[in-house]
Amino acid sequence: MRIKRVAAVAAVAALALGLTACGGDDGGEGTGAGSKSFTAGTTMEKLNKAQKIKVGTKFDQPGFGLKGLSGKPEGFDVEIAKIIVKELGIPEDKIEWVEAPSKVREDVIVNGTVDLVAATYTINDKRKERIAFAGPYYEAGQNIMVKKDDTTITGPDSFKDGTKKVCSVTGSTPFEEIKKYVKDVATQLVPFDTYDKCRDALKSGQVDAVTTDNVILLGYIAKDEASFKLAGSNFTKEPYGIGVKKEDADFRSFINDTLDKAVADGSWKKAWDNTAGKFGAELGSAPTINRY
Amino acid sequence: MNVLIDKFDVFAGGFWLTLQICILAAIGALVLGAIVAVLRISPVPPLRALGTGYVNVFRNMPLTVVMFFAAFGLPALGSNADFLRIPVLDSLFTRLGTDLPYFRFALIALVLYTAAFVCEALRSGVNAVPAGQAEAARSLGLTFGQNLRYVVLPQSWKASIVPLGSVIIAMIKNSALAGFFGVAGDLSATADQLTGAEGYAFVPVAIGISIGYLIMTVPLGALLDRIEKRQAVAR
Repeated sequence: MRIKRVAAVAAVAALALGLTACGGDDGGEGTGAGSKSFTAGTTMEKLNKAQKIKVGTKFDQPGFGLKGLSGKPEGFDVEIAKIIVKELGIPEDKIEWVEAPSKVREDVIVNGTVDLVAATYTINDKRKERIAFAGPYYEAGQNIMVKKDDTTITGPDSFKDGTKKVCSVTGSTPFEEIKKYVKDVATQLVPFDTYDKCRDALKSGQVDAVTTDNVILLGYIAKDEASFKLAGSNFTKEPYGIGVKKEDADFRSFINDTLDKAVADGSWKKAWDNTAGKFGAELGSAPTINRY
Repeated sequence: MNVLIDKFDVFAGGFWLTLQICILAAIGALVLGAIVAVLRISPVPPLRALGTGYVNVFRNMPLTVVMFFAAFGLPALGSNADFLRIPVLDSLFTRLGTDLPYFRFALIALVLYTAAFVCEALRSGVNAVPAGQAEAARSLGLTFGQNLRYVVLPQSWKASIVPLGSVIIAMIKNSALAGFFGVAGDLSATADQLTGAEGYAFVPVAIGISIGYLIMTVPLGALLDRIEKRQAVAR
């Protein structure tokens, strides 16, 4: 009797599973192997057939890619990656998120650890020697955060007289950029491994300013408007792109088309408003896709 | 591998700064470690307890935490470690005298942490000297200080030198943390600069950094081997 009952339960369960699989909606319309047609041999076709994709993003960047309690990264980069993945005909839950901190981003693309990287990834020529960029999908810029009552720092030129101290993250692009403006690296530049420490040093008065991309600074200001403000306007242009393998021109132009489409149908703006836009950062008009 | 040639100046600058940190921290740690070791073997119980307490605290705390306390705790207490702006030294080691305190903070953390290990290395050497030596010295009427200076330390030094060398080598490698606590441009931070901001491949840069550390540690290890061999002959 017991065995029969177990068998019956199993049969019902299997039936129910089968039914949900038929009627269920797994991550949006138009997904599944062969749901979209791509030219044979392209990366898009391979990914669509495999029905899974690995995406590199940051896990520690508020507003762009931040892995919180949910266990999944959230942010603008993540939303952009989801738009691309959906266009490939792969459901959202088949994305494997891989942490891609700044210093390994090229390496994970070259080694094939991930299929694409969306990680506040500034497009520049040095990086183009090893990988290729689709996009840009956003243009950030370096800015300076100071204490609310500070009027002595108005822009990067304020560091030229050699008295003001400025903090950024070891080995980041903004840290190298600000070196051009300071008089003496040894007495003016303070590197930490995270921006949180820079913020603490600014708050306790050890440094006079923190510099990095405006969106990151705006995240801190949004949390503590009584203490901090931006000094002046952006003094660099940091176009964020999607990193792919250097030789994969088809995949790159596919992503470019997808980004154009996302801007046109409003999903690009929606992604922003739900993520980094909450910090009060300006989205601006869509940057022109650079099809090189 | 071109990065090693193209960016030689960056590597060399990082190497020089790390060497400065290491020389200063080694001097500081040896001096402080010796003081703590004397406390730990002194005949006065409260001093012994003080020495033991010091070793227990700093040997058992991760260096990152010590660094954190130095870089964020000292400013909160209102100190910029200005006592380390030693007149002659700061012209030799320019970072010591700057307005930015982080070089000094990193130094303090490294010295405090390493001194605990130096103390234990010295103490193990003292323990290797047969008890009869110290007893004989005491029966000759030597004071505690004379006993240490003329009888125990000259003998214990031989047993301590190799473990001491290991401690200093470990300290050189530990100094890599300084670049993440506000010291601009040390050897390990140059790796982040070259890979993160300038987009060089990770492996060649890591090889360059490793060579830099090996230049400091390998000769030190070879020197220790030599000293050890000489002493074996002397005995």
